[in-house]
Amino acid sequence: MIDPRHRLKDHFRESRLVSNRLIIAGLFFLVLFGIIIFRLVMLQIVDFEHFDSLSNRNRVAIEPLPPQRGLIYDRNGVLLAENIPTFSLEVIPEKVTNLDETIAELAELLSLTEEDVAAFNERRKRHRAFEEIVVRNQLTQKEVALFSVNRHRFPGVDVVGRLIRHYPQGTLFGHAVGYVGRINQQEMQVIDRQNYKGTLQIGKNGVEKQYEDLLHGTVGYRQVETNVQGRTVRELFSEPATAGQDLYLHLDIQLQKAASEALGEYNGSVVVLDTRNGGVLAMVSKPEYDPNAFVTGISTTDYAALRDNPEQPLFNRALRGHYPPGSTFKPFVALAGLELNVVTEQSRTYCPGFYRLPGHEHRYRCWRRQGHAHVDLKSAMAESCDVYFYDLAHALGIDRLHGFLDYFGFGKRSGIDVPGESAGLSPSREWKRAQRNQAWFPGETLISGIGQGFNQTTPLQLAHATATLGMLGTVYKPQLVRATKSDSDDGMQLIGGQQTDSLPIQKSSNWQAVIESMVEVVHGKRGTARHIGEDLPFKIAGKTGTAQVFGIAQDAKYDAETLAKKLHDHALFVAFAPADAPEIAISVIVENGGSGSAVAAPIARKLIDVYFGIETEKESDEPITE
Amino acid sequence: MSQLLNDRRNPPRTISPLLQDRRKVSRVHWTSILQRIHLDGLLVLGIVALMVFSAVVLYSSGGEDISLLIRQGVRMAIAIAAMIILAQIQPDRFKDMAFWVYGIGVLMLVAVLLFGTIGKGAQRWLDLGFFRFQPSEIMKLAVPLAVAVYLAERPLPPSFARLFMALLMIAIPVVLIGKQPDLGTALLIASSGLIVVFLSGMSWRLLMSFIVLCASAAPVLWYFMHDYQRRRVMTLFNPESDPLGAGYHIIQSKIAIGSGGLHGRGWLQGTQSHLEFLPERSTDFIFAVIAEEFGLIGLVMLITVYLLITARGLYIAAQAQMSYMKLLAGSIAITFLVYVFVNVGMVTGLLPVVGVPLPLISYGGTSMVTLLAGFGILMSIHTHRRMMSP
Repeated sequence: MIDPRHRLKDHFRESRLVSNRLIIAGLFFLVLFGIIIFRLVMLQIVDFEHFDSLSNRNRVAIEPLPPQRGLIYDRNGVLLAENIPTFSLEVIPEKVTNLDETIAELAELLSLTEEDVAAFNERRKRHRAFEEIVVRNQLTQKEVALFSVNRHRFPGVDVVGRLIRHYPQGTLFGHAVGYVGRINQQEMQVIDRQNYKGTLQIGKNGVEKQYEDLLHGTVGYRQVETNVQGRTVRELFSEPATAGQDLYLHLDIQLQKAASEALGEYNGSVVVLDTRNGGVLAMVSKPEYDPNAFVTGISTTDYAALRDNPEQPLFNRALRGHYPPGSTFKPFVALAGLELNVVTEQSRTYCPGFYRLPGHEHRYRCWRRQGHAHVDLKSAMAESCDVYFYDLAHALGIDRLHGFLDYFGFGKRSGIDVPGESAGLSPSREWKRAQRNQAWFPGETLISGIGQGFNQTTPLQLAHATATLGMLGTVYKPQLVRATKSDSDDGMQLIGGQQTDSLPIQKSSNWQAVIESMVEVVHGKRGTARHIGEDLPFKIAGKTGTAQVFGIAQDAKYDAETLAKKLHDHALFVAFAPADAPEIAISVIVENGGSGSAVAAPIARKLIDVYFGIETEKESDEPITE
Repeated sequence: MSQLLNDRRNPPRTISPLLQDRRKVSRVHWTSILQRIHLDGLLVLGIVALMVFSAVVLYSSGGEDISLLIRQGVRMAIAIAAMIILAQIQPDRFKDMAFWVYGIGVLMLVAVLLFGTIGKGAQRWLDLGFFRFQPSEIMKLAVPLAVAVYLAERPLPPSFARLFMALLMIAIPVVLIGKQPDLGTALLIASSGLIVVFLSGMSWRLLMSFIVLCASAAPVLWYFMHDYQRRRVMTLFNPESDPLGAGYHIIQSKIAIGSGGLHGRGWLQGTQSHLEFLPERSTDFIFAVIAEEFGLIGLVMLITVYLLITARGLYIAAQAQMSYMKLLAGSIAITFLVYVFVNVGMVTGLLPVVGVPLPLISYGGTSMVTLLAGFGILMSIHTHRRMMSP
């Protein structure tokens, strides 16, 4: 054996050795690549379906296309609720690695206030990680541009263009039209979630709530391809949304404006109905509020300010305000007397300034201390003699009175097409027994006869009953929405306006007698509202009312000077016009306004002037107290 | 010439001896041009095929960006130039330079660790003022060259002492590069050196004991690994455990490959890459883009081209006249395949994610220049054969 170090190089042997090794290495790698090919077959052929679906799930997202909410117009086609474009900054927490850091950076970039951040954190608790949450609403053009430039720094955050609800008339239609707001938990339980994908707002009140189904429309959707940041790259398929239907209301912006202005600083309510179909021409409740404040989510402090305001601006007095009807009740009591043959048109009663129940000492006072002497229906109505109606109510008795008033909808909901209506209260023997466990006293019948005591009516009920009276018992359900219009239809679809009931009053002369007595209120020489009866091409049938808020002791004198404003009487007025062929019925309630004659009646006259286009030269400024 | 064209249009039934001769002459003429500039026709064909395919895939993965293609085209031109230049050099010159290049390379690696520039979390670059380069790229060729020359000095198979020296020659640059840290390059350099050792005829018994030694050294290696390297190994075994972190690459890459199916989604139609779900899609993970758009058929064709190129390299090695040439050529050819294997193994989730590009396809210049320089050496070995005395 030769020492390898001294071994001579054997080229042939070396060549064969290395060549063998080359072949072995080659074969080894052939095996390795066999494994690779096997792996590829496993991935691409055997598990193809699995990875294909994973790939599609990666890239395909289904996005809802929220429908455009229907617009709301008044009867003249003036926009009451529209949708305006706005840009909001939204974040999907799931797609953000460090949310707090991102928000901090955004706060710096767009100078968000601490309040904005706090509001966002509040919202964050109420949303799940995959839902978009608004960071800031109503971005300015500059802010949109600023974010767009820096967008790459903020995966999962985006500027989203949306349409939000806007009420161009501001406070004017807040109570009637209502407003939309963010969908809350309870609403989530009720709505068709599928249809509300992508919709952030829902009708909360008024027409917006009642007609939510029509206004909302049907959601569409699109399949989009998204990239790794979740940003849409292109659209694969889309099913467009069906816009909600537009609503045309009976409301008339001129009347609404006039009513709101006429009420001025007073709290109260005005309701104007179209007597021929029940359409609500005006519905004002004061104080008003701005519905726009609710659209993008009202701040807690702002909401608390509205809620805790002693004037209760959020309270819709027209539908829910309970007021004693006072003397505006008298036409209905009179009709009951005539129809039930308790009195005739000619029956006379002597008014000494008070009424005493047989065998009782208590004096039920007439508003006029010196009395009205002999009065019949016409003069009792014109001068609003309380004694006449005490007597009449006593003769009728509470059972018959209550039964008859029931026809006119007192104590019942009118069925108007907005939510939240109150039924008011029309007292009866049974009611008192059930609610108070007390017997009905005869004296309570008397004060019911002049619309005081337990009686509670809403402004809408008063207007509705007045309209029914004017239409000789033909009842139309009060209706805010007159017609709907969808994109696909050319014309409008009229809704409502059908006669719902007809009162079982036999003698038409009874209607005429009451209406004539109401005409006397406005046009008679001694009528309590005669100051509003001038310069008219037709006659108005009306009735003033002054409802006591504060009980005045026997023989004491009501003195507006010394009483606190909150304890002043409510001023009321109901009317329909023209008296012989009514078109509109009005109820006016001015809280703590004092006298119905002086405060409420002129408001009704103004509305009549606006509706019929009557030019008046001067304001009648000569009040006559009841 | 015009006669030739005529013949093509109307091939004669019987080929006249004269024409037959002319055809032969024209073929010899074509190969002899390549011979004269010392290029190997088959290798050039394979390389050009890969580069053309690379351009097609990069157009898709780079978001249809022409400027990216132009930049890569310039790199390809530089790499081809490097290949042609090296092919002109006599193999003996490489032999003479071997230890010098190796020595200078090691010094530069030390320099990198001391004064190198940091990029992408690792210290790989040496800034010479006018240009920056990675000394580790030089070592990719210097290590197999030096080891081949060293081992071939004495008759093969090498003695134990020389084997030990050879392993030391490999270990020094590998450790230096591993410290940068650049695990992928260290691995490739180690394998290129070890392939030389294997080809030199290292006895099977020694080989086996060496493998056992390496296996038992794994825990030690684990101890010295950086956190990110450990994470990569861990996520290899269970990529779903960290879907948003280290496992993300592998999960998305597997989805891209799997969703390609047999035929693929078609060129420019890959959603994983075009929608940016797939990271590093123009560089290390370009194989997944090919898989998604060209399917299993495309991948098998690509792998076939790689195997053919390697087969040609192995043939050149077998034909080489000197032992060091055989060792060097064999190492260059097989290392090329190791590149492919490590990259594909990583993208398909068989191997940990180490930053190794897919040879001649991935976007990037440095590794391509080195690769083509290696092919230049292969061609030099092959085309200078006849001029040497045996």
